[in-house]
Amino acid sequence: MNSKKNILAAPYAVWSAVFIVIPLCMILYYGLTDKTGAFTLENIAAIASVGHARALWRSILLSVISTIICFLLAYPLAMILAEKKGRAGGFIILLFILPMWMNFLLRTLAWQTLLEKTGVINGILSFFGLPSLRIINTSYAIVLGMVYNFLPFMVLPLYNALSKIDENVINAAKDLGANKIQTFFHVILPLSVPGIISGITMVFVPALTTFVISTLLGGSKVLLIGNVIEQEFTQASNWHLGSGLSIVLMIFIIINMIVTALFEKAEN
Amino acid sequence: MQKELIKLEHISKSFDGQMVLDDLELKIHENEFVTLLGPSGCGKTTTLRILGGFVHPDTGSVIFDGQNITNMPPNKRQLNTVFQKYALFTHMTIAENIAFGLKIKNKPKSYIEDKIQYALKLVNLEGYGKRMPDSLSGGQQQRIAIARAIVNEPKVLLLDEPLGALDLKLRQEMQYELIRMKNELGITFVYVTHDQEEALTMSDTIVVMNQGYIQQIGSPESIYNEPENAFVADFIGDSNIIAATMIEDKCVEILGTRFSCVDTGFGRSRPVDVVIRPEDVELVEPENGIITGVVTHLIFKGVHYEMEVMANGFEWLVHSTVLSPVGQKVGIRVDPFNIQIMNKPESEDEEAVALEL
Repeated sequence: MNSKKNILAAPYAVWSAVFIVIPLCMILYYGLTDKTGAFTLENIAAIASVGHARALWRSILLSVISTIICFLLAYPLAMILAEKKGRAGGFIILLFILPMWMNFLLRTLAWQTLLEKTGVINGILSFFGLPSLRIINTSYAIVLGMVYNFLPFMVLPLYNALSKIDENVINAAKDLGANKIQTFFHVILPLSVPGIISGITMVFVPALTTFVISTLLGGSKVLLIGNVIEQEFTQASNWHLGSGLSIVLMIFIIINMIVTALFEKAEN
Repeated sequence: MQKELIKLEHISKSFDGQMVLDDLELKIHENEFVTLLGPSGCGKTTTLRILGGFVHPDTGSVIFDGQNITNMPPNKRQLNTVFQKYALFTHMTIAENIAFGLKIKNKPKSYIEDKIQYALKLVNLEGYGKRMPDSLSGGQQQRIAIARAIVNEPKVLLLDEPLGALDLKLRQEMQYELIRMKNELGITFVYVTHDQEEALTMSDTIVVMNQGYIQQIGSPESIYNEPENAFVADFIGDSNIIAATMIEDKCVEILGTRFSCVDTGFGRSRPVDVVIRPEDVELVEPENGIITGVVTHLIFKGVHYEMEVMANGFEWLVHSTVLSPVGQKVGIRVDPFNIQIMNKPESEDEEAVALEL
């Protein structure tokens, strides 16, 4: 019985070995060696250089801002959806998921077209004689792109957590004298913590590592750590430095996950 | 009788065009254990939710202690609810659950602490304060739900099928617990259930409901012994409900044979329904019976035997501690006191319905 199960698990084992374990080992190898193959920590230490540190800091800042904006937008929406059980709620959820079926690159390119100096939005603004919007190639455009692309990843886990809360638990809070605000802070919010944590992780991690959004909407003017790593691999062909910086980024993500896991544990 | 505490006046409610309550009138007194009893969809839970403030009636008003509270939100009402499936706050400890209502009302810490201890003692769960709800059994969680409600010193405790999720043994234990708590607290309990045995065991007053109408209000004894219509008779316990004709006062013709009874005032030659409880059907020697029949089924039920006797074209349900084997010819006798005469139903709602409970 057990060996049969093991056979069924074999394709997945091969898959994760080839596409997850081996690449990770390669990154570790490249990151901790120099061109001669000798062990070095220089590639890791390179994060301390002004340009790299600034890119990492900017990445963290923009992804934190994007995560907060996503959370603030998604929470009320998820609450409305969770209350509207049945067909109406399902339809709104569908509307939200629909853009996700379209290619990520296309969606981001569409924003580029919309935001460009001579783009659609500025066309409309100038038609009404309004001053044009200059946010393309700025951090604002990157945050906009991140929020737009990652919002569904915040809405869905929140919706899941909120719709699991028994209506009678909320009624019980009211029954015991809590008004709407007290009910929200004492009951609804704490009970949705698992959804909040997975929502934050699902937005923060891809936002921290993105380079496509910053390339398309930030031009070459706003470099994120993802862009720096990408350039090391594609343009500078310095796999050692790229891997070293990737390790640093991974450490940040792992720290984020540990913190959220601890937080979740404390809640329970 | 105690002072009147709650009055429901002309309450109607429909959901999606479906009438759930129709012109309901109900009075509940202080220190009374009232049970709303009926099959699912009869409107009993909706009535409770209107009392709790979670459902707003389409018409009519809710009077509480002389004050109209129809439009008062649940958090302002002096009643507390024990919900079906407990509805505890799973992210809080037992003590925090119990303290919730008092903390919201900004009661002093020492007062809250005393109340928690008092409530845990009342529900026999002393020392459970630091545990999480998930680590408790269903019966224990239900006790905590009761404790959480009663620390707020409500004048009325509303209970929505609180024992529905428990197994039989625990349910019976909790029935006695609830009666004890009610006597100790001296407050009004309004209890919703579809379980007639629960209703008979605990209540001072039973309100039998069906399809949005109150069928009968009365003490457990009067509901059981003198059901006003076939629905009540059928819903409360097993019964033989037989179409009959009232020949004259104190004489009824059942299945072509005249039986003496004690009811008067139904007029002459009037079609009626009679209710005879299975334990009131006496099986005797054929020559001593008013009618005779043959035993067709026999089941041992523990306390008694349940038999079906075919007589005059009707299968009589009989409960007796004396066994009569299948195929035996028996006589049937019924004491005149045990024949309950009812008017024929005037509407569909009053008709006896087969229920799977």
